[in-house]
Parts: sequence; C-alpha cells; structure tokens
Amino acid sequence: MARIFCYLAHKGGSLDDTALELAAAARKLDPKAAPTAILTGWGANLDAACNAASSAYAETWKIASEALAYPNAELIRKALVKVLPSGGIVLVAHEHFGIDLAPGLSIKMNSAFVSDVLDVTQVENAAVTVIRQEFGGQVSTHVRCDISSGAAVTIRPGAFQGTEGPAHAGVVIDKSAEVGALTTGRRYLETIAAEAGDVDITKYNVLVSVGRGIQAKDNVSIAQELADAMGAAVSCSRPVVDAKWMEKSRQVGSSGKTVKPKVYLACGISGAFQHLAGIKGSPFLIAINKNAKAPIFQVADVGIVDDILEFLPELTNKVREMRSVAAK
Amino acid sequence: MVGIQSAAQVQSWLVSGRILFLLIHFLGIGCFFYIVARRMAPLVRGERDFRFDQPWARLRQVLKFWLGQWKQPRYRFAGTLHILIFAGFILLAMRAFSTLIAGVSENFVMPGLPGRAGPVYDLITDYAASIVLICMVIAVIRRLVFQPARYAVPAKYGKAHTADAIFLLSLIALLMIADSLFAAARAASRAQAGQSFATLATYSLPWILRNAVASLPLPALGMILFGAYLAHELGFYFLLCYRPFGIQFHVETSLFNIYFAKLDREILKPVRYGVNDEHLDQLTFFGVKKFEDFTWKQMLDFYSCADCGRCSDNCPANAVGRPLSPRFLTIKARDYSFRHYPVFGRAQNGSALIGSEGSGGIYSEDEIWSCTTCGACEQECPLLVEYIDKIVDLRRGMVDDGNVPQSLQKPLKAMESRGNPYGKMEKKKADWANAKEFQKSCPVRIAGANNLANQGADTLYFVDSITSYDDRMQSIGRATAKILHHIGDNFCILGAAEKDSGHEARRFGEETLFMALRDHNVAAIQASGVQRIVTADPHAYNALKRDYKDIPPVEHISQVIARAVTAGTIKFNPLENLDSVYTYHDPCYLGRHNQIYEEPRAVLDAIPGLKRVEMARSRDRSFCCGGGGLMLFYEPKEDQRMGVKRVQMAAEAGANVMVTACPFCMVNVEDAIKVAGLEGQMTAVDLAELVDKQIARECPESQGEPPSDAVECVTVSLRRL
Amino acid sequence: MEILVCIRRVPDTSENEIQLNRAGNDIERDELVYSINEPDNYAVEEALQMVARVGGTVTVATVGAEDDEEVLRREMAMGATHGVLITDPAFSGSDGKGIATILKGLVEKGRYDLILTGVQAEDGGAQVGGMLAALLDYPFASLVNSIEVLDGRKLKISREIEGGNKEMSEIDLPCVLSIQTGINEPRYVGMRGIRQVASIPIPTFGAADLGLGASVVGENAAKVKRVDYFVPTLGKGATILQGTRDENIDKVLELVAAKGGLK
Repeated sequence: MARIFCYLAHKGGSLDDTALELAAAARKLDPKAAPTAILTGWGANLDAACNAASSAYAETWKIASEALAYPNAELIRKALVKVLPSGGIVLVAHEHFGIDLAPGLSIKMNSAFVSDVLDVTQVENAAVTVIRQEFGGQVSTHVRCDISSGAAVTIRPGAFQGTEGPAHAGVVIDKSAEVGALTTGRRYLETIAAEAGDVDITKYNVLVSVGRGIQAKDNVSIAQELADAMGAAVSCSRPVVDAKWMEKSRQVGSSGKTVKPKVYLACGISGAFQHLAGIKGSPFLIAINKNAKAPIFQVADVGIVDDILEFLPELTNKVREMRSVAAK
Repeated sequence: MVGIQSAAQVQSWLVSGRILFLLIHFLGIGCFFYIVARRMAPLVRGERDFRFDQPWARLRQVLKFWLGQWKQPRYRFAGTLHILIFAGFILLAMRAFSTLIAGVSENFVMPGLPGRAGPVYDLITDYAASIVLICMVIAVIRRLVFQPARYAVPAKYGKAHTADAIFLLSLIALLMIADSLFAAARAASRAQAGQSFATLATYSLPWILRNAVASLPLPALGMILFGAYLAHELGFYFLLCYRPFGIQFHVETSLFNIYFAKLDREILKPVRYGVNDEHLDQLTFFGVKKFEDFTWKQMLDFYSCADCGRCSDNCPANAVGRPLSPRFLTIKARDYSFRHYPVFGRAQNGSALIGSEGSGGIYSEDEIWSCTTCGACEQECPLLVEYIDKIVDLRRGMVDDGNVPQSLQKPLKAMESRGNPYGKMEKKKADWANAKEFQKSCPVRIAGANNLANQGADTLYFVDSITSYDDRMQSIGRATAKILHHIGDNFCILGAAEKDSGHEARRFGEETLFMALRDHNVAAIQASGVQRIVTADPHAYNALKRDYKDIPPVEHISQVIARAVTAGTIKFNPLENLDSVYTYHDPCYLGRHNQIYEEPRAVLDAIPGLKRVEMARSRDRSFCCGGGGLMLFYEPKEDQRMGVKRVQMAAEAGANVMVTACPFCMVNVEDAIKVAGLEGQMTAVDLAELVDKQIARECPESQGEPPSDAVECVTVSLRRL
Repeated sequence: MEILVCIRRVPDTSENEIQLNRAGNDIERDELVYSINEPDNYAVEEALQMVARVGGTVTVATVGAEDDEEVLRREMAMGATHGVLITDPAFSGSDGKGIATILKGLVEKGRYDLILTGVQAEDGGAQVGGMLAALLDYPFASLVNSIEVLDGRKLKISREIEGGNKEMSEIDLPCVLSIQTGINEPRYVGMRGIRQVASIPIPTFGAADLGLGASVVGENAAKVKRVDYFVPTLGKGATILQGTRDENIDKVLELVAAKGGLK
C-alpha cells in the first residue's frame, strides 16, 4: 500500500480532535504502516502543534511559511503538491477546510478522491472499499476506490475512534524549504466572528435542541418552556436557522457552535452528521422524534418515538411538578 | 314682486343676482364635471371588467344596498345615523335643486310637484334638513368625544382623519343652516310684505329660524335672505367640488359602485376578463403589479370607500396585529391614484404597488400575504367594496415575479410534483381508510380499482389533502365515511387519483397550478361517473362548487347529516357527559362564503342532552380561525394567533367544547387551545366526529365487527387517469 | 459578467421517502420525484442577482440525459439566459473527476468569468467544483455564503466556517465557487413560467463536441465507483423507551437527574 499522510488541522498550538481520528483511519487502511502527519502554518503555534503530533505519529512533516499563517486551502494545496510524493494517500478531516482542499488536491496529484468516509470495509492492493452516506444519511453506500495512483480522502469527524495508537516519540521533519514561493488567486482577508446572540449555548450543561420537527416558529416556545423549567437553553439545528425560526447563534453543528453539555435533548432532529459534529464530549443524548427510522436514534443513548409537540409540554409539566414538590 | 327682492333680483356691484348666480351655477357645475372627468382618467386606463350584464339584478342590488341601506344596521348607532342622513340627502335632493334654480328664476316651481304636493314636500324636507343637522352634530360629538376605535389611524398610515371629517360634517351642517335660514327669511319677509308664503313645518329648523328673524325689519331680512342664499350656493358647489377629493366622493360614486358590484361574490375574478383559459398563455403577465393593472371597477372601489373602518374592525388579520388593514388597503390605493392622477397637474405613470415607500410602493408583501380570504371585510362593507379579488390579483402579480415567501414555496412545489402540499406520495392518499378496525367495519371503495369506474357508487366522497394525510385529521375522514355508510349512501373515493382541490393555490395567486390541479380532478371525477359529491372540507366544498365546472353537484357533510336527521335515518344517543357546554364555530368557507349556518346547528341541537351556546361573533360575523390550506405554512408577523382569540371567545361564551366543521379550523383551534393555556378547560371536536360518536347504531359497526353484507376490501391497484 | 452554473437533477428529499428497493442494492426509484439539487438552486439565484446588478448572462448546464432537461428549463424559467445539456452515452458511469473533465470541456468552449456549483449534491461528494477549478487552474472557494463584485475582475467572498464565523477572502476572476444554501432567498418558479419555457430548444453537447475521449470519461476512466446501497443493520443505537408517554417522561427525568442535568 502507498504511503499514508494525514493532514492535521490545528489552532492556537493545539491539534484538532480529528488528528487522532485520522490516525485511526490510517491504521484501518494499512494496519502495518505508520502514517505521516503533515502540518502547515507559521511560528510558535505550528511548532507546538507539531510537537503534539509527534507523540501520536512516528513522523511529522512541518511546513512553515508566513504565507500559510492562516490556513488558506488554495495555498496549502500548492505547498502539498510540492512536498508529497506521487501515489500517496492523503487523509484530511471532512469539514470546511477539507472540503476546500481535497478535491483540487486529488486533481493536482492525479489521484482518486472520495469524501466523507465513515468506515473502511475492504483493503486490497490497488483498491479500497469504504462506506459513505447519501440523501442526508438516509441510506449508506459501499464505494470502491482505485488507489493505484494514490487518493485524497476526507474522513467524517467522529467516525473513527481517536484512541491512542501506539505511542511514538516521533520525529518532526521540516519540509518548509521544499515549498518555495506560494501565490494564489484567492487571498485571505479576515474572519468575521458570528454575532453573539442573547444566549451563549456553549455555556450550558443541558441543552434542549430543536430541529425541523418543531414545525413552526411559534412552537419554539414549547422548547423554551421546557428549557426554562430545567434551567437549560434552547439550541437548534441548521434547518431551524435557515427557516429563520431561531438565531444563528443557537445553531449547533459544523457551521454553528460546538457544545459540550452534560445532557443533550435532540427534539425533532433527524441526526444529520453536520449537526452531530457540533456535539462534543459525549453528553447523555436523549432523542425524541416522530420518525422511528431517524438516524439520530443510532447515536442517541436513549430514544423516544413520539411527537415532540405533545411530548415536550407534558415533560415540562412534570418537571415543574417535581420542582414545586422539591421546593416544599 | 313687492317687498324685498328675490335673490334673483338683487343688484350688487352692478351685477344682478340672476347673473351672479347663473355664473356660480356654470362655474360650479363646470368645475364639478371637470374634476369628475379627471378622476375618471385612471379608470379609462384600467383593465376591463364585465359589469354591464343583468341590469335587473343590478337594479335590485341598488334597491337593496343603496336605497335600502341594507348593511348599515350592522353597526346599530352609526347605521341609524347614516340611514337618517342618507334619507335626508335623498329627500333634500329636489329641494336643493329648486333652491338653486330660484336664484335665477324666482318663480320656478319644481315640475312633478304640482298643487298640494309641493307644500307637502316642503314640510317633509323642512324636517329632513333639521334631522340632518342634528345628525351632523351627533356625528361631530361622536368623532371628538367618543372616538370609536375603528376610525383611529395607526401611526404608520399617517395622521388622523378626524380634522377632515369634522370639516365635512360642519360644511353639511352649515349647508342645512343656510338652506333653512333662506327659507326662514323668505317666509318672514313675505309675511311682513303681506304676501302668501309657504308654511314651515312646526319645530323644524326653518320654523325656529323664522321665529328668530320674524321681527327684523325688511331690509335686514333682505340681506339675510341674500346672504343665506349665497352661502347655500357657495356651500353647495364647494361641497360638490370638494367631495371628489376625499372619502365624500362616495356620495356620488356609491350608486354606481353598488350598481356595478359583483353579482356573484363567490366566483373569483379571472386572471383577465375576456381571456379564457386556453388563451392565458398570450398574456405577458398575470396579476396586478402597478396601479393601472387594476380594473376600472376596482379603481371605482377605491373612490367609493367611506373610510368607515367596518371592514378592518372585523378583519381577523387586523385584530391580531398582522400588517393588513382592508380599510387602508383601499385608502392607500385611493391616495395613490390621487397622487398619480391629480385633478390639477399631469398624470404620472405608476411604479410597482408592492415595495418600500422609497421605491414608490404602497403595500408590503407581508400585508398582502396576511389575508386569509375569510371575507369578513366584504360582508361588512356598506358600499360593497370588493377585497378578495384584489388580494388575489396582487398575489398573482407577486407569483408572476417569483416573489413568494420561502415558507410557501415548498408546499407549492410539493403540490406541483405530488399533488398535495405535504409532499406525501400519491399511493398513500387512501391510507387513512386502511386503519385496521375501521377497514373491517367500513370498507372504502376506490374509484377505478378493478376496472370499475365508480364501484357502483353514486356518490363521491372528496377527501382532499389534509384529511387524507394528516394523522389527526384522518379521523374526520373515517368519521365521515362511517356516517355515509350508516345512512346507506353508496360512495367511493378517488384515492391516489385525487389531487389537492387547489383552492388555496388559486387564492395565493398560483393560477396555473390551480388550473392543472382542477383539470386533473375534473377528469378524474367525470371518469368515475358519480352523480353527486360530498366533502367534509369546506375549502374543497367551495372549490368544487365555485372554482370547478362540469362536475356533479356538491354538498357538505353537515347538509347530508341534517337531512338524514330530519328524515330519521340518523338518530342520536344522548350525550354521556352532561356538563359540557358546546359552541359551534362557523368555518369561513362553510358559513360566510356559502351561507351554511343552520344545518350544523340543527344537527347539534338534535343530539339529546347537548347544551349549546352562541359566541358573540357567529354566523356571518364569525371570526376566522387562522386560515386553511397554504395559510398553515405561511409565517405571518402577528401579535397573537387568530385561533387563540377565537378559543378565548368560546371561553367567554361559557363553552368548554368547540365544534367545528372544517379540518383546518380543527388544526388551528386545537393548536390554539394549547398556546392559550386552555388545555383541560377546552376541547375541540369535529362535527362529523361528534355525529359518528353519537349515532345510535343497531349493528355494532363501532365495535369493529363487519356487518354481514360487507363489501370485499379493494386493493390499491388504481387505474391511472 | 458571464456566469456558468453547473446544476444537477436529484431525487427531492422532502417529497420522497428514500428507501432501499426490494433487491436491496439500490434506492427505490419508482415514483421518485426529482428536482434541482437545492444548493444548485441557490447558486442560480445568486448568479441571477449578480447579473441583475452588473449585467451579463447566466448559463445553466448539466451533465446527464434527456430527463435532466427539466431542471435546465426550470432554471431558465427562473431567469437563466441559456441552458445547455451535456449528454452522451460515453459519459455514463463517470466519477467526480470524469464529470469535472466534461464540464471543463464545456467551459473551454465558452468564455465564462465565473463558474458556480452547489456545495454538494444529495447523492454526491462535494467534489465537482473543486476538481473543475483545479483542472482549469482557476482559483476556488467552497461553502461560499456571500459574494460581492469588486472592480478589477475580483470578488470579495465569504466562506462558512465553524461557529457560524465567516472567512472573508478576495478572489480573482475567472474562478470557481461552490455555493452553500442560505446565501439568498431563491425566487419562486411558478408553473406558468415553466410552461413558457417548455418549448425553447436546448442545445446539447456530446463527447465529440467537447473533444473528450473514452480515456477520461465514463465508466472505464472512473476510479471511484458506487458498489451498492444499503441500510446498515442497526447497531447498538439508542435504547428506545417502550412505555406509555407518562412512563417515558418519568424515565427521562430519572436519567437526566442521574446525569446531573436537573439543578
């Protein structure tokens, strides 16, 4: 099998959670070989990240360039093309950066491309079979990928367990010199932070989260009443924001906020991975959904097949009862 | 003539009265006609509107609503005032005319009032003028002191109309005084000069004034005579020419507005009059986008609005704080036409009606989408101003532009691809009939299955989308089927061949989609060969009855039940819970639009032990639940839900059970009960569900055991139409 | 500005129940309702709005078969100036790179300042836009949620990144952008509009027109192939509570309290 590289995202000197997950994915692809980590960036943050990587990866390649201080996928692609050997397999997390980087990378490396991989089911010499999902997760597919000239693969965050593999006292190799001058037609300007809403959902231990199943803006109050009774906050999935039923600041997901509550009530949420990607720290996940086949029931701890518009008010009443009894 | 001169003979500044007043006549009338001609300018450019047919029916309409002031008493006090004022104006018309002529020809006697009729007429009009004056005073007091809420002008619509109203009322009052003073002075001066004079009606205003001036010397009387006459002349012509600049124009236009009013309210205006369905493709656009796209009659409506506010006072959207106020829909359009087609100045072509103020728009999109087409406004308007057609036309224009809220795009697209706004699969349309226990006791036959067009059934039960697909509303479908089964009605359903009736698609401006749905359904209905149609959905009922053609007659289930109750085929078990107090909520499309008020009530009253109360707003004053069809998907800006207001009305009436006869009312009411916090205190039940529960049955259908002659259940293998 | 929007006809997730067929190897395709892939629709709307501001035309193109013409027509009813169908039996079985190669052939036949795609198709891999850009050597940006036209053949764009933050960049024309849903509010396309474009001829391009040989498109050239569809046997998954609603509520509260969720 060809050499496997894992492109690691990092911020403020720390590695992203997906760093270990990519290593796990790489081990599934090739249990015998050790993957190589690749990081790009600049300055002390990059150095710190590379050090962190070297405890999980035998070899870490560092590409330092001032132009890469902000991870601009267009520039990074050019850098990687200069540095990576042909025929290699590159793994990167399937989120906004990976989506930006990987397809073009596969073209420039003249390799295959497959995205949002959940699992590897079969490995042959020149091909691998992986599992993907389609139609918002309603069905899964097996996809066979010819890797004879390499591959760029994006891995779904959370699909592989990022448990520690064999510990390494890895080496960090500086590949910065091989990159040379980097120019691109897309120049980073700045990042505009999302507007802080009235409520910071990342600070709550319990979240009552609503999805499309809440059906109407007026019904959000049903969730709010439960949240009030429980001392929780109301959060939501993307469709609720798109429909303008709640503010963007309440959205949990890959393009919303990342939350780490103790308890998460997913009400009328189907369980699309972009939403689940925003839930970290393995909270106790209770799912309530009318549709017994909703993907959320796969990942929840406890599930209830019921209509949230009826279930939640009754739950609220019970909580209030409990509270008033406790108060006496 | 001895004594003082008549007004005609007065000489002033070298001009005789005759000449002066003749001049004033010509000027006044000339101005008036000029102004009216200018006011007609936009109408001439408006779209055509076929209103010249059925003259007898239209005359009957004029007799009832114009002369008979039929709608006025709906607001008791103001209505009475207006009837008196209107009667006064009608009676005074001839008197005014003869007074005007008197300035030119002093011996003028009105033709048609020979002999004794003349003086009798004068007596009557003496009182009429007095009553009008009193009414003016009362009206001013009402405006200034009591300030009825419906006259209020919310800040966003500009400043209050009170000043203008007071001004006009005062002018009319002055006119009455001038006229009476003229009559008084004339009678007093003639009496002094020893001539014959008309008797003035005792205690009338002229009589009072005559007593006041009787003792003045002749020259003074002469001046008062001339002054009063001049005041009357000027006042009359000023008012005449001022009226077309405001709401008082309704004095002139009301007759025409009512003559040309729609004879059949329930038939929606076509996209364009004179263009039938096949030729619609040739139109460059649909709907009303700029002012000139309105028809001349719609523009006449704008002129005829009297700003009485009765429409908005009854509009449910207005009551819950939506941006819609029918009154201001009209007033804004009228102001627009005044601005763009001024009497003095050049006409300017219109910009888009819907848009921000900066771009010259007068309506917001939300304003137009907020309407549930309940018809309360049209029901109230004494001038028969039409609203629903305008809203639909404005929506047609927005749809044509692609300007449809995202929340409505999904259900519209779903109706196009799946034939229902929920996007559910066609093959599941009849699943409601497959509920196990139900299927055994009441098998539902589907037209077209097993190559039998109508399965031997005379009747088609048109279920429509919400009853077919919504988990809760499916029970209405089953209840209706069981009722039909009980009375021995041989019925079938269309199943997957039935598409949404298209009722709301049409009223939300998607005419083309509506026509596609209609044509499909008509073909399916005709192919089934049924002789009559029954539905439990008032929106479907209205669509089949009014929007569709060439199909068998259609009835609502409440009519069928009422008939069966009278005939004795349905008998009821007494209610078990005798503590409940029921109230019936009139669905807009059953009640107001189709005048079916009594049948549902008769059915309820036939149930032994049922206590029923009426809400303050009932029958044609019923308050819309929030709207049906596509309105369930729209997200309006409002302070409160209409349904919440309605359940509160039911609670105020002392009821704890609301009965409706429409699945959309049921959705809104059940929802509102929760939102209003009345769970446990108020419940809702559909008429068909209640009837089904209370029917006294001999064979145990309700226990789910099939009667011995049950028809075999038909599988869903449908003949595609 | 000449804009090309690459669109795709897919089964509509809100109007279909996506299920496996009886054989268990594909989704049930009978009675499926198709429509334009949602992000692609947002891309077309964005293109129309840009052209309304700065002038130009919008061309919509799709790689497919005759059935796919309906989405071209729908977008033309929406306002797109031209529609192009790229069809050839040789194209069937193409993977993402194959599709991108085909689209590159189309781009090279015209002169486009801007190429848009939707960020991902329902049954796709979020790949065609990025691949097309790399094949053309145009700059690329994905997950774009706002576009501003600047002077001097440049755009200012914003990308949707984590936390709802926006990554602002400047990008040179010509470029390729993949568009995220929510960038605008697409206008409604009524039945009447669609009827009016029903008979406009739509030009088609085949492999020969675009100069594409079998080595770069079609099944044989594809390196990535879907083998089957399946629904995974439910693994551990959630413990589904089976009681009455009241029982479930009690159980939920018990568990939540145990996890420290009730203060």
